[in-house]
Amino acid sequence: MSGSWILSSLLILPLIGCVCILALPTGNSEATRRNARWIALFATLITFVLSLAAWGRFDPAQPGFQLIEEHAWFSHGILYKLGVDGISMPFVLLTTFLMPIAIAASWGIEIRVKEYMIAFLALETLMIGVFVALDLVLFYLFFEGGLIPMFLIIGVWGHGNRVYAAFKFFLYTFAGSVLMLLAIMAMYWSTGTTDITVLLKTAFDPKIQTWLWLAFFASFAVKMPMWPVHTWLPDAHVEAPTAGSVILAAVLLKMGGYGFIRFSLPMFPDASLYFTPLVYALSVIAIIYTSLVALAQDNMKKLIAYSSVAHMGFVTMGIFALNAQGVQGAVYLMISHGLVSGALFLCVGVLYDRMHSLEIASYGGLVQRMPLYAVAFMLFTMANVGLPGTSGFVGEFLTLIGAFQSNTWVAFFATTGVILSAAYALFLYRRVVFGVIEKAGLKTILDLNPREIAMLLPLGLLVLYYGVHPQPILDASSASIDALLRGVAQAVSATRTAGL
Amino acid sequence: MYDLIVFLPLLGFLIAGLLGPWIGARASEYVTTGFLGVSFVLSWFAFFLVAGGADAHVLVGNWFTSGRLDVAWALRIDTLTAVMLVVVTTVSFLVHVYSIGYMADDPSRPRFFAYLSLFTFAMLMLVTSDNLVQMFFGWEGVGLMSYLLIGFWYEKPSANAAAIKAFVVNRVGDFGFALGIFLVFALTGSVTFDQVFAAAPGIAGRTVHFIGIDWDAWTIACLLLFMGAMGKSAQFLLHTWLPDAMEGPTPVSALIHAATMVTAGVFMVARLSPLFEQSNVALSVVLIVGATTAFFAATVGLVQNDIKRVIAYSTCSQLGYMFVGLGVGGYSLGMFHLFTHAFFKALLFLGAGSVIVAMHHEQDMRRMGGLRREIPFTFWMMTIGTLALTGVGLPFSTIGFAGYVSKDAIVEAAFASHRVGAVYAYWCVVIAAAFTSFYSWRLVFMTFFGERGQFSSWLPAEAHDGHGHGHDDHGHGHGDGRAHESPRVMLVPLAALALGAVIAGVAFRHAFIGAGAEGFWRHSLFLGPILEEMEHVPTLVSLSPTLAMVVGLLVAYYFYIVDRQAPERLAELFPALYRFLLNKWYFDELYDFLFVRPAFAIGRALWKGGDGAIIDGLGPDGLSARVLDVTRGAVKLQSGFVYQYAFAMLLGAAAFATWYLFGGAR
Repeated sequence: MSGSWILSSLLILPLIGCVCILALPTGNSEATRRNARWIALFATLITFVLSLAAWGRFDPAQPGFQLIEEHAWFSHGILYKLGVDGISMPFVLLTTFLMPIAIAASWGIEIRVKEYMIAFLALETLMIGVFVALDLVLFYLFFEGGLIPMFLIIGVWGHGNRVYAAFKFFLYTFAGSVLMLLAIMAMYWSTGTTDITVLLKTAFDPKIQTWLWLAFFASFAVKMPMWPVHTWLPDAHVEAPTAGSVILAAVLLKMGGYGFIRFSLPMFPDASLYFTPLVYALSVIAIIYTSLVALAQDNMKKLIAYSSVAHMGFVTMGIFALNAQGVQGAVYLMISHGLVSGALFLCVGVLYDRMHSLEIASYGGLVQRMPLYAVAFMLFTMANVGLPGTSGFVGEFLTLIGAFQSNTWVAFFATTGVILSAAYALFLYRRVVFGVIEKAGLKTILDLNPREIAMLLPLGLLVLYYGVHPQPILDASSASIDALLRGVAQAVSATRTAGL
Repeated sequence: MYDLIVFLPLLGFLIAGLLGPWIGARASEYVTTGFLGVSFVLSWFAFFLVAGGADAHVLVGNWFTSGRLDVAWALRIDTLTAVMLVVVTTVSFLVHVYSIGYMADDPSRPRFFAYLSLFTFAMLMLVTSDNLVQMFFGWEGVGLMSYLLIGFWYEKPSANAAAIKAFVVNRVGDFGFALGIFLVFALTGSVTFDQVFAAAPGIAGRTVHFIGIDWDAWTIACLLLFMGAMGKSAQFLLHTWLPDAMEGPTPVSALIHAATMVTAGVFMVARLSPLFEQSNVALSVVLIVGATTAFFAATVGLVQNDIKRVIAYSTCSQLGYMFVGLGVGGYSLGMFHLFTHAFFKALLFLGAGSVIVAMHHEQDMRRMGGLRREIPFTFWMMTIGTLALTGVGLPFSTIGFAGYVSKDAIVEAAFASHRVGAVYAYWCVVIAAAFTSFYSWRLVFMTFFGERGQFSSWLPAEAHDGHGHGHDDHGHGHGDGRAHESPRVMLVPLAALALGAVIAGVAFRHAFIGAGAEGFWRHSLFLGPILEEMEHVPTLVSLSPTLAMVVGLLVAYYFYIVDRQAPERLAELFPALYRFLLNKWYFDELYDFLFVRPAFAIGRALWKGGDGAIIDGLGPDGLSARVLDVTRGAVKLQSGFVYQYAFAMLLGAAAFATWYLFGGAR
């Protein structure tokens, strides 16, 4: 199987884009800026097309890893090993699909365009790497490496309070990752390998599992983010440029959930079962707490950021429901949230580009001047609220029905989220879009331009398509998730028998 | 054919919605109305096919499959669905036609017609569903369209507020509906009706553990599902959104908030009758909630002055009647009243729309009067609607206006039933019948009789000039003040609905609730013994709704024709009661105090206190501050203490929840 090249190409293509941009003449001339943008766009588009080809070669009926590539890297067991299964494949596609849109959303960036585009392309490589890495050390490098470009994107191209936000982001995520690194070292010492495919078949002693689980949890919980380590997210979003917010919400937030499914459940099944109540409690608190906080926000990006935390609460709840609906729903919700939250941040960016304000109070009555925008924003608002017929519903419904079978209290409290999400989302929409235009500056505001339509239209179509026909994504992941859950069940019952 | 009925309105929406700006308003109107016309004709055709025994099941596609959960897009056509198809497409088609006239001056007509058609599609998906999840799709879809249509005039703050209120209150109901679906799936392993119904008897009597309490399985499942019905059908406690929904254009009120969407809850209970039959407790709750709503809404309707609000409370009250019919186990009674009510209530709303247009978008009845002479056709149509609503018919027979046949049957069934709460329900619906008659005739007398402005002295002082005349985007002046009859395109739908209001009861009684019920409904809903039992109630009981109707009519006649000072004197005699009714039992104020304000306050407190002071204060910000403190050698305790206590509390709460869940709470 190691003759495959397609995943490596996905990693290399954005880097080739980086090299091309580096080759451009120095300085910030108009021509350089234009070329940098187009190179970045082409690089991301080709990467996307290639990822579609990878999907074409991917067989969803197979539960195991596919398109595997393996090369020796460091002498003692650390490998350059790539592969995808039904759980990671949708995330790869989500990443490659959103990158061209993020580049298009950055068309208005005027300062340090070369560096900006390089940061994004490097970020793409690192993000894809997280989802295709089959070696723990490689995974860790990609996982933490992604911090750096995002840190720069917020710190250099962000808004007013960007340095505070960038450091907060860095502090939180770095604090979590140090513990994960220790856990990875411990795993290497006890097994002699960092090959994920091998580790997935290793049965760790339940007592050790507890510590390893907690160490991974520290890192993933921050990345999710779960309550109460979520406070970096609203600040990071508010200060990040539009495309930074899009990628942060759509892809970086999914790494935690992916990590839980990829590592925590199959490698530490006993600990996962043991800690389920903790995750449930934090998830439910996240859903209710952050939804209420979202209700009180005056800043559009903060509101959507808090809404993201609430949605990630559904994800963690679904993952630890440990049944088919819960885990499949979690994967689905992450993909859907990637599309929807990305689109919502684009919608906010459209307004920011025109008015340079994120305050809700700066707007009102936009529907009179921006009917197309009003339609798009309504569609994504409804998807965020989980209206059936949009992709948002399927994931929320599956995670809830999964959790219900595991614990009715959790499902009961989490379901109140559907009331609160309707309240904060519609309240936002009303204040921004409905009403009468009163601010003088808004009287000449223009509707979506062709570039913005080209960004939002594919997202809108996908949100609707996956709302009525979600099966492609569910089918892609179902075999892998079934195998995963069978493995967890076997491991847990084996421990129980041994303990008797 | 069935796909055409359901998907033509969707096509109409797409054409009007996407191409509206290019093809223009006129073409949008014709396309959507034309498509609905086809749906309407096919629906009646389907109705007679199905009534003749030809059920159908069309599998449109797979929606989603996960583990053993399997959800399909399907059209399930049986008698129950066929009745709803007819109701929905008939009223929707007539409302489309009517709107061509009513909305003639509105600049956003393509959007309006697109919304109407998309609403109709969602409603049809709801009633044709073969599983709970597709039903939920239609359920939330109609909620969305209701939201968009209530807020159609988006420049009006009151319309925006009403729209959000409608959506959020409905979501409270949907919270229960969703949990009900989860529970049904957990119990039966399916969400498809046929499989759930097949499994229902085997699970009856089983105990389930839900949020810490042991319940009878079907009791709790039905109660949760019924919570959804209460929200959608504006039943007591979740009714507050419906009167405010009158902010929307009047054709919307007729279609969504009278004839179709609000009856979805009734349809849901009828559709799930094999489940509700498994739980006497759940049925008693349906009965008592319905009876309470019928009584409560009628009392509020007595004193309202906005013509649309009177009819809105009337709708609320009549929905209560339908639930009483369902609650006594007479599912076909509830469906029959749903069927007849659709005609006469849509007629009343569209008639009120005609009055409102004639009055240049004035809705306050205190400014009306004497319109009988100026708009005689509308007057007669409204009178027919009122005769049907109040239940006028020949005593000792089943001949009468639509409401006489269907409503009186519910009253009799309530008396005949031995279910817990039936006696209470009987008295509620009889008293409500008198109130219904009073407020309905009050509306007719205030609007059409006497002289213009005969009650304008009742207007509060500031309302004389400050009162906005409905939505003023139409730019109507008051002109000569004379009312003009509406154009024919609005009057023809009135006539068609009036025909239904006259004959629907007599024509369909036999099939819906009479001897032919068994052959008509077949297996589409549960037919209980109540249809037989209600035939044997004492004569006085049979007469009681008619007597109540006559009492209401006479009092209204005395108050609003004979002695016009009487209402004021009565209000002065019982000022507290009058204000209590006028302010709708203060539910809005209560909910605002209990839920709305606390939600915002808690949200702000958690944000500033929880996120800002505690988590950040002790996390990243606190860390850097402590480092600075230590280097300065001055550890400041005063500010830190409060936060640490608060943080300890927060952690404690989280720890408690975790511990509780670890403790095996399921």
